[in-house]
Amino acid sequence: MDQKNIRNFSIIAHIDHGKSTLADRILELTHAVSARDMRAQVLDSMDLERERGITIKAQAVRVEWKGHQLNLIDTPGHVDFTYEVSRSLQACEGALLVVDAAQGIEAQTLANAYLALENNLEIVPVVNKIDLPQADPEGASRQLAELIGEDPTRVLPISAKTGQGVEDVLDAIIERIPPPAGDVEAAPRALIFDSSYDQYRGVVAFVRVVDGVFRPRMELRTMALNTRFEAQEIGAMNPVMRPLGSLSAGEVGYVITGLKDVSELRVGDTLTAAHHGAAEPLPGYKEVKPMVFAGLFPTDSDDYPELRDALEKLKLSDASLFYEPETSLALGFGFRCGFLGLLHMEIVRERLEREFDLDLLVTAPNVAYRVLPQNVPEWTEVHNPSDMPDAVDEVEEPYIKASVIVPKEYVGAVMELCNDRRGSFDHMEYLAENRVHLTYGLPLAEIVLDFYDALKSRTRGYASFDYDYIGFRKGTLVRVDILVGGDPVDALSLIIHREFAYERGRLLVEKLREEIPRQMFDVAIQAAIGSRVIARETVKARRKDVIAKCYGGDISRKRKLLEKQKAGKKRMKRVGAVDVPQEAFLAVLNLGESKKS
Amino acid sequence: MSGARHLYVHLPFCAHRCGYCDFVTAVGRRGDHAGYVDALLAELELERDLLSPELETVFLGGGTPTFTEPAAFERLLAALPCAGEVTVEANPETVSAELAQLLRRNGVNRVSLGAQTFKRRLLDVLERAAGPDDVRRAVHVLRDAGFDNVSLDLIYGIPGQSVADLEHDLAEALALEPEHISAYELEAKPGTRFTHTHGVELGRQAEAMESYFELVVATLTHAGYRWYETANFCRTGNRDLRSGHNLGYWLAHDYLGIGIGAVSTIGNSRWRNAPSLGGYTSALAEGRRPPREPEELAAGLKETERVMLGLRLDEPLPLAEIEHALDPAGLERLERLGLARRDGPLLTLTDRGRFLGDAVTADLLA
Repeated sequence: MDQKNIRNFSIIAHIDHGKSTLADRILELTHAVSARDMRAQVLDSMDLERERGITIKAQAVRVEWKGHQLNLIDTPGHVDFTYEVSRSLQACEGALLVVDAAQGIEAQTLANAYLALENNLEIVPVVNKIDLPQADPEGASRQLAELIGEDPTRVLPISAKTGQGVEDVLDAIIERIPPPAGDVEAAPRALIFDSSYDQYRGVVAFVRVVDGVFRPRMELRTMALNTRFEAQEIGAMNPVMRPLGSLSAGEVGYVITGLKDVSELRVGDTLTAAHHGAAEPLPGYKEVKPMVFAGLFPTDSDDYPELRDALEKLKLSDASLFYEPETSLALGFGFRCGFLGLLHMEIVRERLEREFDLDLLVTAPNVAYRVLPQNVPEWTEVHNPSDMPDAVDEVEEPYIKASVIVPKEYVGAVMELCNDRRGSFDHMEYLAENRVHLTYGLPLAEIVLDFYDALKSRTRGYASFDYDYIGFRKGTLVRVDILVGGDPVDALSLIIHREFAYERGRLLVEKLREEIPRQMFDVAIQAAIGSRVIARETVKARRKDVIAKCYGGDISRKRKLLEKQKAGKKRMKRVGAVDVPQEAFLAVLNLGESKKS
Repeated sequence: MSGARHLYVHLPFCAHRCGYCDFVTAVGRRGDHAGYVDALLAELELERDLLSPELETVFLGGGTPTFTEPAAFERLLAALPCAGEVTVEANPETVSAELAQLLRRNGVNRVSLGAQTFKRRLLDVLERAAGPDDVRRAVHVLRDAGFDNVSLDLIYGIPGQSVADLEHDLAEALALEPEHISAYELEAKPGTRFTHTHGVELGRQAEAMESYFELVVATLTHAGYRWYETANFCRTGNRDLRSGHNLGYWLAHDYLGIGIGAVSTIGNSRWRNAPSLGGYTSALAEGRRPPREPEELAAGLKETERVMLGLRLDEPLPLAEIEHALDPAGLERLERLGLARRDGPLLTLTDRGRFLGDAVTADLLA
């Protein structure tokens, strides 16, 4: 198709502001899918996405409107996937910026709107849910117009639910968003903005063709990773896969690669012809590195092979998941996994438990640290607190820029929270009379435990929050070890700012004392920095554990009790000579909840 | 096979059901006593082949055996096979000179008295009918009748019982110079009225109870008693005053139990008679075995039980008998902790190991 009749766009919206509903209406209006057999919200294909109201993996759908080919490129809606969002946006010339008429602008909307502006996208502002009684379309329009420097009259009021105004949105896409401007005659170049794994057909690449033409059976290669394959099929989603004879400059579609491993294909990479391909890749590719790490252990150590298989399978469809085997004294065999962020971690965990029916024990998440060990000239990255060398010259930790939008009466509470968490104030502005946008620099480590929960509880759920990595910075960090009966419990080691080490150590030790059942001997529980003990508690030895009466009629009952007692012990993890129930580790790992409330 | 050398006879009748009791009991029903004795004797007849011609012990437990209507009771005692040790459990208020005579002339040579505590207030909590004076009187009546083997049951850990109360109970019991004392911590058995009323309090005082157990053992051993089983103590001297019948259980011997709710273990078979009085008597009236709940003891379980029961005793267990049931690493760990000791071919628990007997056993078993 002639590029001037093509429009490529995304929808940017905060969770629950109606992105998926709007997408559904667009599909309906353009007859891509009939109302009758449409499951609500076609674009979100995973159960988990539907339940959480978020879109994990981007997809692209091609529809027709008034003689134009419109490609709707869906974007993941969460901060963990910022890079994927940015790639999706790079595949577009424009974006619908959707805001809930009752809620106004949220932190996530801002973050993605800025991303869109950075990518020079034409933004079509839309205020949704105008049918709701508490809607304030004019207020929301004013905020939105101000944010992107538009005339408020250009903001489109709609109700995606009832369909009101959605045709105007389609018209505006054609009128306002510029057509693609690639070179059809040039060597083929396409941006890979997403990929997925199909059990039968292997890796599927979702691409935006920038220059030239791609055809089935062409020999292709990716320019950053230099992966080579033959295009087995080329086509577009409408909304299901429909094979085509070609994809040319400006078009959006899919390529079935025949590859068996998603890690061979990276989002952001450039696809070109293996022979007479393009000389220069498209800009913007970077390797996404996991920032949040946690140990995943099967609750039942017999399930280790199942966990390994499950991670292998998951990795097929999730190239950003990182894992390596880990052995913990306390928790046995498991994996240290790296995630893009907390939500990503939560999603992986839930998929493992739900799709693979595994019971998991997840250690407290930690961030990646950059460490310069003493007498070693090179920096190394540490993903597990127990791997932190005892003697270090310098430690750096990742920082983020946190963006919080909150009603003004909660500004004080948010500032207090950010200060508690070693934050440094960056910027404050009023988005509207009662809505304040605050930005803070914060160590990522302070976010991963419970920042979001604390923020919600201190602002009664009114705050919205988003963050962006801003790099590693030097920190005054120490490793705190927890010792039970003199033996360190590797799974409970943590890296923490020196100032918080004492209090945190004390809390952990107290909690463990409550959770570890009394043993046949006194058990010392200690928190230590190196060889210096900073907190100590004792679980006093039991003095009696025997049933008083045992006669002829009691023997079977007594034996069954004993078997139960033995089975209970099997579920315990042994640290040195001490039996520690798994719940004790869990309770300590969950300590974040009560940390500062 | 030579047959079981221990016979247990269950007499379920009681004047009143105490709140903490979870035994198979039947309140009152004096009209049923004679019929029940007929049924007992019928069951005994049916199972006669399981018994050795020479019995070591007979034990009549309850319920309150001595509450049984005297004519029926005497008929039962007279019909039971002879044995070296014949024990009857008695509630103090039922012990009269007549009863003592009845027991004597029917071959009973050991009486186990349910004293429980000497504090009226605590007896009320337990809903016991006898008063402290009844216990003293009962002991003297038994002595007068010539009984030279009397055991007292004590219960500690009663809600509201202070350390001083317990010291008082122990002193009172010792003053009566019984040959044998059983001291049980009060157990809140699920489903009893007592647990319903006092369960929360019992949970609360659980930790304090640890010192009560230690106090019981220290006081009685100091007074010259042998702590020969977790909850049982006997005088030392030239007679072995341990309960021969209960030793049979703890040494994992075979035993036949007759009567409702009674358990038997013969070889690898164990069964429990159903607790229903009507079902029991009607079956036996027709010459049938009473309804039973059978349990086959799979290979290895006997050995497990041997360890579990044997470790309750102060005598060492021969390792050769229990080898397969033991976890060598567990044993080593317990030795390191000073809870168990190996002396050549023998395994013994230390005193601290005995206080922690259940946990130790769980560790010790493979």
